[in-house]
Amino acid sequence: MTPNLTYVVVVGVLFAAGVTLLLERSLTRVLMGVIMLGNGVNLLILAGGRAGGPPIVGTTPQDRMSDPLPQAMILTAIVITLGMTAFLLALAYRSWLLVGHDEVQDDVEDRRIVALAERDEGPDAVDDSDTDDDAEPRPAP
Amino acid sequence: MRVLVPLPVVMPLLGAALTLMLARRPRAQRAVSLAVLTATLGVSVALLVATSTGPPRVVQVGGWAAPLGIVLIADQFAALMLVVSAAVTLCVLVYSIGQGMADGNEETPLSIYHPSYLVLTAGVTNAFLSGDLFNLYVGFEILLVASYVLITLGGTENRIRAGTTYVVVSILSSLIFLTGLGLVYAATGTLNMAQLAGRLDALPDGLNLVLHTMLLLAFGIKAAVFPLSAWLPDSYPTAPAPVTAVFAGLLTKVGVYAIIRTETLLFPGGRTADLLLVVGLLTMLVGILGAVAQSDIKRLLSFTLVSHIGYMLFGIGLTSGLGLSAAIFYVVHHITVQTTLFLAVGLVERRGGSTAMDRLGGLARLSPLLAVLFFVPALNLAGIPPFSGFLGKLGLIEAGVASGGPLPWALVAGGLLTSLLTLYAIARVWSLAFWREPHTAMPGPEDTTHTRPPSGTARPRDVPDPAEFSGAMLPRLMVASTVALVVFGVALTAVAGPLFELTTDAADSLLERVPYIRAVYPDGVP
Repeated sequence: MTPNLTYVVVVGVLFAAGVTLLLERSLTRVLMGVIMLGNGVNLLILAGGRAGGPPIVGTTPQDRMSDPLPQAMILTAIVITLGMTAFLLALAYRSWLLVGHDEVQDDVEDRRIVALAERDEGPDAVDDSDTDDDAEPRPAP
Repeated sequence: MRVLVPLPVVMPLLGAALTLMLARRPRAQRAVSLAVLTATLGVSVALLVATSTGPPRVVQVGGWAAPLGIVLIADQFAALMLVVSAAVTLCVLVYSIGQGMADGNEETPLSIYHPSYLVLTAGVTNAFLSGDLFNLYVGFEILLVASYVLITLGGTENRIRAGTTYVVVSILSSLIFLTGLGLVYAATGTLNMAQLAGRLDALPDGLNLVLHTMLLLAFGIKAAVFPLSAWLPDSYPTAPAPVTAVFAGLLTKVGVYAIIRTETLLFPGGRTADLLLVVGLLTMLVGILGAVAQSDIKRLLSFTLVSHIGYMLFGIGLTSGLGLSAAIFYVVHHITVQTTLFLAVGLVERRGGSTAMDRLGGLARLSPLLAVLFFVPALNLAGIPPFSGFLGKLGLIEAGVASGGPLPWALVAGGLLTSLLTLYAIARVWSLAFWREPHTAMPGPEDTTHTRPPSGTARPRDVPDPAEFSGAMLPRLMVASTVALVVFGVALTAVAGPLFELTTDAADSLLERVPYIRAVYPDGVP
């Protein structure tokens, strides 16, 4: 079997788009990224097996059958991705209910460091003329 | 004996279904969970006895033969992990029953706790027993999905925030794992681990390394190895105490287990040994420095958890029998001790009303029992002789010295420094939370006679049984299960000799690979 170029290109596009979305702050976009990545991985697995006719005894001669194992694995992976999607949606909805948005928030530690930096750069600091821009506090979560 | 192999996976799954159906009857739920986990512990012990005197036990699931069907295989290493994880999950279950999952608010969905907990157990045991890479992935997914539910239990704002990070990072690691699986299958045409062992060896070096690093990356995220560990201290501490305890004890160790399997069975020869040693060193140091800087006990312990993963990587990276044996010993020790500490901190939270060190004080005088329950595992974690933490670290350092070379020596030095800093971090907790004058904000000593839990720990309305809440601040069941784990941790010292022999045996057969492969394919690998 020779690798099918269409598969490779589609997998590449799905991975690239998925990773880009995954880097977003909004959980809904992250979810889109997860779905795209999940589908990309599924196609990748499919491309890993032999191509051919339906792997059903009696319909295709045995040497021209496609490899059924990747297809079985993809079925499992699809079910898992479905579950994940449902859970992430619920999470995004719950977050929206509680705080009014679904953005992934900063680590506690990050926020503490930002707060410390703010205190250092506050009105009492000796020199805050040109460091102010760097220490610009992030919008309060 | 073979019939026992799938039971640790099947029983918790059936139990989960049963507890889900019994959602309206908490008492029956508890009985089912307890029975299932006790039985799992029994079966695991039987498997350990069987495998330590004989070859690995194999079951072809559904009667489908090996390369196509899924294989469950219990060798010494898997059986040992099963026993420890079953013991720990049982103790944590008893603890959470004692707590009645009451630390949250009244909306906490009690009924979903037991099914999720049992599914989590099934995922962990499935990962340990799996002889098939794809089934390992499924095991990971089972335990992760259950952990998503448990970490966002109740859906409070804080848990949703922490849970989001956890869920996204876990999903990403699963996708990396799945991509790795796709590539492995494309390259070798199989995912059966015994068959892969031979076929991966035959691949070109470059391809082999790509597959290897892909899997290591996925397992590294799950095991919280340093550059991939930032998610852990942020997400674990927000969950309810028993959930944090079982996560801390087990979930990262499943990642470590997978790394050990990858390094020994699939990709032997230690081509990434130096990488493992370097990240092991960084994990130890960065983790413990994080712990030293914390002011909250739960977060501090989460950082020590990350830090001590480094010790296990140290042992794995040495690629010697002694190193691997010490690493397995360390895994066993660390599962027990880290869980115990989180349970003890759960009790601290109940007694002191907080886990922030600046709001605690004088606990040793208020509750000497609690002090002992924290002090013993804490010293164990720091590696004070004669506890098992000391023995594990001693084994690792011995193995490091035996290996020689600049990198192992650096790891030996790093290990000693980390141990010292762990002691420092723990001593800080001790002197701030347990010594000093009791903090004014804390409930006074007369409050121990409370018959009602303190505010914020109100018991949900649908639990009809107030008996477990008598002496509300430190319910008997919670204390009893913590005591049991403390004793288990101390007992590891008493049985350290035979245990070390066992881990050495397990490590030797892991490195030899032949017993594992021959157990799956008695007539030669197809």
